[in-house]
Amino acid sequence: MGSPVAKTKYIVHGIFNDEVPMLDACRKLRSSGIRIKDVFSPMPVHGLDDAIGLPRTRIAICSFIYGLIGMSLATLMMWYMMVSDWPIDIGGKPNWSYYLAVPAFIPITFEATIFCAAHGMVLTFYLRCWLVPGAKAKNPDPRTTDDKFLIYLELTEQQSLKAQEILKTSGAEEINQKGSFIVPPAYTLEEAH
Amino acid sequence: MNTDKLNFTIPSKAKMLSFALMAVGLLSIIIMFAVDKGDGEHYQSHTRAWSNIFIGSFFFMALALGASFFLGLQYAAEAGWATTIKRIIEAVSWYLPWGLSLMMLLFILGQLHIHHIYPWMESGIADKDPIIAGKIGYFGIFWWVRTLFYIIGWTWFTYKLRTNSLEADKLDVDVNNSYHWKNVKIGAWFMVLFAVTSSTSSWDWVMSIDTHWFSTLFGWYIFSGMWISAMIAITVLIIWLRKIGYLEFVTESTIHDVGKWMFAISFLWTYLYFSQFMLIWYTDIPEEIVYFQTRWESYKALMWTVLFINFAFPMVMLMSRDSKRNFFLLMFVGTIIFIGHYLDIVMVVMPGTVGHAWTGISWMEIGSFLFFLGLFIYVVLTNLSKRPLLVKHHPFLDEALHHST
Repeated sequence: MGSPVAKTKYIVHGIFNDEVPMLDACRKLRSSGIRIKDVFSPMPVHGLDDAIGLPRTRIAICSFIYGLIGMSLATLMMWYMMVSDWPIDIGGKPNWSYYLAVPAFIPITFEATIFCAAHGMVLTFYLRCWLVPGAKAKNPDPRTTDDKFLIYLELTEQQSLKAQEILKTSGAEEINQKGSFIVPPAYTLEEAH
Repeated sequence: MNTDKLNFTIPSKAKMLSFALMAVGLLSIIIMFAVDKGDGEHYQSHTRAWSNIFIGSFFFMALALGASFFLGLQYAAEAGWATTIKRIIEAVSWYLPWGLSLMMLLFILGQLHIHHIYPWMESGIADKDPIIAGKIGYFGIFWWVRTLFYIIGWTWFTYKLRTNSLEADKLDVDVNNSYHWKNVKIGAWFMVLFAVTSSTSSWDWVMSIDTHWFSTLFGWYIFSGMWISAMIAITVLIIWLRKIGYLEFVTESTIHDVGKWMFAISFLWTYLYFSQFMLIWYTDIPEEIVYFQTRWESYKALMWTVLFINFAFPMVMLMSRDSKRNFFLLMFVGTIIFIGHYLDIVMVVMPGTVGHAWTGISWMEIGSFLFFLGLFIYVVLTNLSKRPLLVKHHPFLDEALHHST
């Protein structure tokens, strides 16, 4: 592998008019061993996750945990308010026991579970993508917010040539090599093979 | 695509199975009528037997109606994903004339006082029962007019949706979608009719068994039950057909989506069941609470079983994406929930007819279930074998063939 040296990486943008050739290009790039950094699209594209080899999202697990937290908090809150601290006689329902009056507590438990799961998921999503107030848009080409699809690649010089060839044959409307940047040695070691 | 697999022929095994189910069922129905003499005090002779016949007829009729509703919904919403399974839904929905005929037969037998499922059908009941006397204008001839209206309306819409779908196959021109747009209109109007009649028919046919009692939510509760039963029947049929080598054009994602419906409507059912229970429990009005008192006292085990099977079980088993893509699991869970919803109808009907004399689920319930199941399987498979398994000219066909989520 040799000693760690700084490497130059090239940024390539493949811009498409339509999602079908774009998906096709993604599959071809991946099958020839090129890693796709990202794809920018004006709309959700079915099957894109598979085509660019994204791992399955783990947000469902988060949602389950947030839901459990919401459920527990709501139960604790209602038990404290309605049973422990200040029991009130409402329609003669057993106010000394949470268990006996449980049907009355179900709607709030349900709502709190949904509330925590939904808000927790959204917040997690924003934080994970760093979509916080004042964050700068990381869009490489503003046309992808209108009608263009963009495949974003960061490659070595050799790969860059191969990738441009593939993009051209799969019908990219425009291929831009957007300059290069130096990768520090620490990263080069990781990606050397 | 393998074109010789587009026409379905019933495997002899499946035919044998449906006949065997019907034979076993019929035998137990005959024995049931011989054995069930009533207890002389609480309920009359053969009432439990007739109730079982009613439950079987109603459950599978409602299932077909649910499929018919789902078919209309796909057209009205102009949904593309279900195009590849449209013929399966059509086949399930065309059990409807059989189911409705059985229901009609039961109604006529009731009016002839051969069975006593509906208390308000008794002659001179208005003089004996002041509560029924107050409702008598709603029953009688008005009830029969409504019943005929439902039967004719549903059958006509389902028939139209089916025949237009087949007519569209005969068109030579790929671009001619006139039959499809006709069906979109028919589907939309069917939704309007169904929105009203699904509720009112449940009140008329099922809720009127407990004539004194009423619940405005009852129609949706029955509707959610029929919808999920229909989704399960469709899912199981698709998976079985794929297993024996048909339907290779149905993508995994389509089955995943049907599984999502199964999962989602389980919660719709739970939501409605619980809403009805909680409101009645909370207000505690004697004329309403009597419904759950009977169930709580004599049907407690059944009540908890139904809630567990139809709510907790699908929630745990079908929550993850992987389980909805595991076809064996989908089929297994579906079968259990299917039985759960049959038991749900048992729990709806029996307390009103047999009441506190109930002794628990027995061979009578199982036997009559098997008979109607056999009949249903036979009718649906016959429907399925009469037309190609895939629609030919449909504007969303291409989309559905490449459906992926």
